[in-house]
Amino acid sequence: MFDNVWLIPLFPLLGFLINGLLGKKIKNETVIGGIGAFAVLCSFAVSCMTILKLLSLPGEERLANVKVFTWMTCGNFNADIAFLIDPLSCVMIMIVTGVGFLIHIYSIGYMHGEEGFYRFFAYLNLFMFSMLLLVLGNNLLLMFVGWEGVGLCSYLLIGYYFHKKSAGDAGKKAFVMNRVGDFGFLLGAFTLYWFMGHNFNVWTIQFTELGKNAHLLPTGGVVTVITLCFFLGATGKSAQIPLYTWLPDAMEGPTPVSALIHAATMVTAGVYMIGRMNFLFIRSPETLMVIAVIGACTALFAATIGTAQNDIKRVLAYSTVSQLGYMFLAMGSGAFAAGIFHLMTHAFFKACLFLGSGAVIHSMHHALHHVHSHDDAQDMRNMGGLKSKMPLTFLTFLLATIAIAGIPGFSGFFSKDEILWQAFANPHHGQLNYLLWGMGAVAAGLTAFYMFRLVFMTFFGECRITPKAKDHLHESPMVIVIPLIVLAGLSVVGGYIGIPKLLGDLFGGIPNYFEHYLEPVFRLSEEYMAEHAAHGVAHHSVALEWGLMGTSVVIALIGIGIAFALYVVNTSIPAKFTATFPALHRAVYNKWYIDELYDYVFVNPCKALGRFLWKGFDVVVVDGVVNGVAKVVMSFGGIIRYMQSGFVYDYSWSMAFGVVVILGYYLFK
Amino acid sequence: MIPNSLPILTILVFLPLACCLLLLPAWKRPRLAFSLALASMLLELALTVGLFASWKGLAAVQTALPGFLLLEDRSWIEAFGIRYTLGLDGISLLMVMLTAFSFCVAILVSWRAIKERAVLFLVLLLAMETGIMGVFLSLDLALFYLFWEVMLIPMFFLIGVWGHGRRIYSTIKFFLFTLFGSLLMLLAIIALHLFHAQQTGVVTFALHALLKTTLAPHTQLWLYAAFFLAFAIKFPLFPVHTWLPDAHTDAPTAGSVILAGLLLKTGSYGLIRFGYPLFPQAAHILTPLFYTLALIGIIYASLVAFAQEDMKRLIAYSSIGHMGFVAIGIAAWQPVALSGSIIQMANHGVTTGALFCLVGMLDERAHTREIAAFGGLWGKTPLWSFFFLFFSLASVGLPGLNNFVGEFLILAGTMKSSPLVAALAFGGIVLTLIYMVRLVQEVCFQEERQPLELTDLVPRELCLLALVALLNLWMGVHPAPLLDLIRTPVRLLIGGGP
Repeated sequence: MFDNVWLIPLFPLLGFLINGLLGKKIKNETVIGGIGAFAVLCSFAVSCMTILKLLSLPGEERLANVKVFTWMTCGNFNADIAFLIDPLSCVMIMIVTGVGFLIHIYSIGYMHGEEGFYRFFAYLNLFMFSMLLLVLGNNLLLMFVGWEGVGLCSYLLIGYYFHKKSAGDAGKKAFVMNRVGDFGFLLGAFTLYWFMGHNFNVWTIQFTELGKNAHLLPTGGVVTVITLCFFLGATGKSAQIPLYTWLPDAMEGPTPVSALIHAATMVTAGVYMIGRMNFLFIRSPETLMVIAVIGACTALFAATIGTAQNDIKRVLAYSTVSQLGYMFLAMGSGAFAAGIFHLMTHAFFKACLFLGSGAVIHSMHHALHHVHSHDDAQDMRNMGGLKSKMPLTFLTFLLATIAIAGIPGFSGFFSKDEILWQAFANPHHGQLNYLLWGMGAVAAGLTAFYMFRLVFMTFFGECRITPKAKDHLHESPMVIVIPLIVLAGLSVVGGYIGIPKLLGDLFGGIPNYFEHYLEPVFRLSEEYMAEHAAHGVAHHSVALEWGLMGTSVVIALIGIGIAFALYVVNTSIPAKFTATFPALHRAVYNKWYIDELYDYVFVNPCKALGRFLWKGFDVVVVDGVVNGVAKVVMSFGGIIRYMQSGFVYDYSWSMAFGVVVILGYYLFK
Repeated sequence: MIPNSLPILTILVFLPLACCLLLLPAWKRPRLAFSLALASMLLELALTVGLFASWKGLAAVQTALPGFLLLEDRSWIEAFGIRYTLGLDGISLLMVMLTAFSFCVAILVSWRAIKERAVLFLVLLLAMETGIMGVFLSLDLALFYLFWEVMLIPMFFLIGVWGHGRRIYSTIKFFLFTLFGSLLMLLAIIALHLFHAQQTGVVTFALHALLKTTLAPHTQLWLYAAFFLAFAIKFPLFPVHTWLPDAHTDAPTAGSVILAGLLLKTGSYGLIRFGYPLFPQAAHILTPLFYTLALIGIIYASLVAFAQEDMKRLIAYSSIGHMGFVAIGIAAWQPVALSGSIIQMANHGVTTGALFCLVGMLDERAHTREIAAFGGLWGKTPLWSFFFLFFSLASVGLPGLNNFVGEFLILAGTMKSSPLVAALAFGGIVLTLIYMVRLVQEVCFQEERQPLELTDLVPRELCLLALVALLNLWMGVHPAPLLDLIRTPVRLLIGGGP
């Protein structure tokens, strides 16, 4: 049925090989970019066919394991290269290949004239390959292959401008922090494998098999340990507290990379992984609570930092961290479909925002370059008034901003509101729900504030670069603008496939298609949760739901209003505010000094320990003792004389001779 | 494919030594000598690959010992019951392939680097190949010991004559360490021989006879301790590892390739082939110690590697860490973990060998291995940098490349017998990444720190590295044939179920 699904990851792999091996010879940018984009387009086409086929099946049959070949088998351990097709993996491949294709097109324009153009497209295709393995892999090991693969590509692409030390350092940081997460992932996977095998004689790492046997697992206990390990993996990949600090630094990479990897696809892998293993996570209420709390905290915490950043991409980076927090809040509330829904809408509007910011930076860079100015092209304090210069970019950017701010009618509203409602109404966390909802709602207000702050500082007001440079500002070429338009369109309408029941009822019973579509994946878990809910399923009134929805919209509007007041009406207030509360501003601006804390607590001691162990321990103690023993032995034997005479040959031959003598002695005695 | 009438194992062992004689007339013509030596090594490689291609056919024919594909048994020194017994099973076939392969790499990487006394160098290299082949094939303990010593002496000269830096100090240290261990092992072999003779009246050094010796628990412990120490030094396990960084740093590139690729493997191989089967109870008793030393080794070596300033020394420390994983897999003595260890022995040889080659190539051009001297090589020598990145990634266990398979199986197996050890060993995976990424970052990326005139890889180097990289990829993506090869021997070693 799905026999050709292996083509989906194959095309980008071929693109990677062609561009990687021959790209240097091809030289022609259109050909290189064309190969890269075409490979992804082919994957997208196959993905479309796959999802259509899937939809043609009845709900219960929407599941297939497609084996390609046996990877390794050893004792009762078996791992295949095999793919899993179900509604969840299908929606993911659609997002990955669809958004990925648009970003490839965009990159042809954005990366024009860059040194190592072919390298960029080769990496990008390798990333697509790894990401598709991650979402399609039908077992933990294959998922881990993709998991590490995307980490590698992220590392390579963040460090794309390899001459810049900061870029390399950022890549290194991302790679290492991801590895810490991977440690958790692997540990969780192994423990699960061992626990299932040891206790129930189910030796498998395949998701469907694990899911089928999940009913054997106890609630809590070991499952909590396993799921926490997996969640550690998710915090690394998806930039959650405590492993989020690499993502803002990752903005050193080219902007299309930030859009593709650090907004739309890779960073959502953690959310996807929890969704994929929902059968496991629901069996540990403790872990669910941890996930919900970490998600809510990250959403709020990152949003506070976002309010004070001046680098346009950093604002978006913290926004991504914050939005990912929402997704985890949903997962932790047991609202898996809502989390995946937000994953999708976020992919649309955040990709659009990043690409839009890229267009702005591109234009700014050219303008500043023309007048030989060394001002920072990414600093919003240098921008302003761009809406007349770049009208299409502005329009698309604005639509995506409205979507992320949660204004009714736009995609972000539907998904975010669903998450907030589930955080409030879920039967798992008792009184904690109110707090979680509150944090989410405040974060939503902050989101609206910093996003409109960004829009106002960038596109409104007076242009703050020199008039000469201003004349060189211009709208981007069509190859850049068209992806923006498509993504902006999706940011607007993308939400209508998942209209919350409340609103659907209002408009004559429109069902929530998205939730319905994902039902085969999550149904068993939802039933399980309904049975085992810690606090019983509470029945909230419709009025309450309307009230909460209204509240979150009002909070968002207040955020926009404050941004308007501070950055359009009276632009002197922010400066005054900073002057009044310098310490607070410094703390927020410096990201609450978390990086410095990590350096102080982990990085520096580790470096010092390494040096100490080498110079102080290995050379002095271990080597000293061993050499000392050798010296004593040698001086007894009088061999030292030879050593000091410097005749290595004599010495070594005498050693060899000695061996023979000793051998002979024992043999012939 | 290969006619059964030929004494293939003898040919495998002594072909290189025979080639030494061929080199003597070419004493004044080093280029010719290089070609001859390479030809013989390639022939050797072809032979082992031929064996690998036909191993299933060989397995169908029963030999005198279960699990062995080929066996050659002749009497030698009858007075002491020493026989000339060579045997090839899946494990030794893998090791023999690795040996033939590593020597080809070693000679190709020395093609231009060795200018002085080149023929002597080749003679030593070939003699060492004979010794190592013998170690991996001997089934008679006296013969094993003989080869064990034979392989050391050429290495001693290789470091002492063609090395750099404090080469004399390093090579003597290397020699003393290994000699100390092997003398203890010799005593243990003789003791075992005598115990066996006492019990049965049969005078023999044959492994399969000695396996049946019954020993008092404390005797077994002492004998095992002697074997263990000898192998631990080779491994090398903490705290007897200190010879390795010195030897590696000062050895010529070929020496490092052989050291990392093969000499370290003789330790793990010896433990698998002799240590555990001969003294199972003692090995079981000492397992916690083995685990502890291996774990310390992993963590310790990684931390120390992080602080290194010399590229070669850093990779040497990384070897200690990687071999720690192999040690854990053996200590678990469990089919999956042991298979992982054996695969990992081959993987580590390929990957680390390639890394040493790369550093050697850089050293030839820049005449320094100081990390701080480089930077921005990605812009200057892109091919070199690509391969350096590739093998570094293999070394950190990136899935799809070979090390991952080994490490994964080791940990999966260890998880079954001792979850705590496995969990701790996972930490090593994170640490490995930190120091390797740091190395790549400082050497390949950033701005260049010293103006160096560097040329990129020449075709010979490019072909060599490309082949190794393809091999690496093949072992990572499709390890199933190798796992098939060692399945039966592993089962027979451990005894019992899957």
